[in-house]
Amino acid sequence: MTEHVATNETILVVGGGISGMTAALEAAETGKNVVLVEKNPALGGRTSQLYRYFPKLCHPICGLEINQRRLKGNPRVRLLTMAEVSGIEGSAGDYTATIKVRPRYVNENCTACGDCARAVETMVDDPFNYNLGQHKAAFLPNAMAYPQRYVLDPAIIGTPDADKAKAACKYGAIDLDMKEETIEVKAGAVIWATGWQPYDAAKIQPYGYGRFKNVITSVEFERLADIHGPTGGKILRPSDGKEAKNIAFIQCAGSRDENHLRHCSRICCMASLKQTHYVREKYPEDGKSTIYYIDIRAIDRFEDFYQKVQADPSVNFIKSKVAKITEDESGNPVCWGVNTEGYKRYTTPHDLVVLAVGMEPSVKGVNIPGHIVADSSGFIEADPANGAVFGAGCATNALDVNRAVQSATAAALRAIQVVNKVAKAEA
Amino acid sequence: MSANTAVADKYRNNFLKEIEEQVEMGDWVKMCMQCGVCSGSCPTNFQSAWEHPPQELFMMIRAGKREEVLTSTSMWNCTSCYNCIVRCPRKLPITHIMHGIAEYAHRIGMAPKMQPTRFFSGLFWKNATHTGRVNELKLSMGLYFKDGFVQGIKNGMAMQSVALGLVKAGRLNVMELFGGHKCKDQKKIHAMLAKAYEIERTRKAAKMAG
Repeated sequence: MTEHVATNETILVVGGGISGMTAALEAAETGKNVVLVEKNPALGGRTSQLYRYFPKLCHPICGLEINQRRLKGNPRVRLLTMAEVSGIEGSAGDYTATIKVRPRYVNENCTACGDCARAVETMVDDPFNYNLGQHKAAFLPNAMAYPQRYVLDPAIIGTPDADKAKAACKYGAIDLDMKEETIEVKAGAVIWATGWQPYDAAKIQPYGYGRFKNVITSVEFERLADIHGPTGGKILRPSDGKEAKNIAFIQCAGSRDENHLRHCSRICCMASLKQTHYVREKYPEDGKSTIYYIDIRAIDRFEDFYQKVQADPSVNFIKSKVAKITEDESGNPVCWGVNTEGYKRYTTPHDLVVLAVGMEPSVKGVNIPGHIVADSSGFIEADPANGAVFGAGCATNALDVNRAVQSATAAALRAIQVVNKVAKAEA
Repeated sequence: MSANTAVADKYRNNFLKEIEEQVEMGDWVKMCMQCGVCSGSCPTNFQSAWEHPPQELFMMIRAGKREEVLTSTSMWNCTSCYNCIVRCPRKLPITHIMHGIAEYAHRIGMAPKMQPTRFFSGLFWKNATHTGRVNELKLSMGLYFKDGFVQGIKNGMAMQSVALGLVKAGRLNVMELFGGHKCKDQKKIHAMLAKAYEIERTRKAAKMAG
């Protein structure tokens, strides 16, 4: 990566998930200089945390790898990881962003050999696995992390563990004196692609997330199914490690609810339909999925995907929003509600309940530096008042990967138009 | 023409519109998305089993099942716990709608006459407005004898020990059976109520005439 000086013709992309990567690459491949800022130590965002994505059920590793190769080969993208934008000043064509960069304690000499991780003993929560498991305090963020470089958790800095890691490194890659830096970057246009976060399921009080161990979220279920996840790809329930074969999926957990998220998060129906495939894949003999839904919204052109799942005898659809969950004496979550087809009451125990949690924009409640117009759910709206700050991906709407990439490409084009104008004015 | 036939004629085949215009908060009915959380959250529903839980009533209204809805005992079972309102993802004021439908059915003479909640409501109102004070002895006796003299005696016998306990504790005065206590100026209370009835009558007549 060549370090280029950021100017008013540079495009600043905030967020290095699938949307941010796409926007940065699309702009860079037209010849624009781009600064890509990512909060985490590796790119890929929530897409990299999926086991498979719909509709083709391929692994996200594939799509991300293509982007990583494009990135590696493009000198126009300057990548800042562990970095967050704390302020943006100026106007269209002339912005100055303040960026805080946290110390990684590992420099570019790192070969990802893993000697530091073997030397360190301290274990810390693994946010890549939604804290379902722990990893060493010297770690590679995930198996296909880009950049392929280890990170030291700040918790061990100043302890003997940090010195052990340093001593174990044959390449002089560990630098314990790294400090947080604040840098300023100029840009003509900004693409805000900070993505989404799963809605805090504990706020849906009657579902008992946080009180009942065997009530988990859909994003956590992705990690359970993944071979790199905390269970090595086995669907085991958290309370006792028992194989979870009878699984309930509860749709609209937070979404389409004036008390929680007003909007339909769009992806959750397809995500749960997809996750029934995991159950069948892991337990082909006796795996059983039950989907509790208000109505199934197989967005886009995915009605055929829905019909195939409907035809599967191991999947049961119940038209009802579950009213509450309790726990029986063997730790099974029990769903209570009324089936609105026939208005029959049910009280049904399952091994595991998966809440298909909604998408909350990461920008919600966060003061995006500078003035931004957002809708009632907190998603960035396209508005002339935003100047040359353009939303992309899930910062603008609840989108699946496919549509997030489309949205990012559109944002890249808008940003390119702005910096082209700047270039013309300066010429 | 009875009140019922008048409105039935007016809203021929458009029961939803009738509910929207005539029932308090009735304009919310169309907002229901049939998720079923109201009936799932209802504390009475799982025990005494409403014939039609709220979201089914809403669907029946849209389907034009006028007779079934208005003569139903279901909405009379609502205890106003407000669980459904709190949980409804569309913020429908379900409790109020239930009372609204019940009141409307009563107003046009379609409500089930001997449904206990309805019967008790009428009894309470008459009891309280007569003297301006509630006469609890007469009120409970009225309810005991709802289904006839023999059943009334049986109900009384069943509650005997409770009644005696209340008398001993000074909570129940047997002398209340003869007249009972009153507010200071009964006539003025009645005058106030008469005025209120008049205002209500004009308002509702205007609504019915639409």
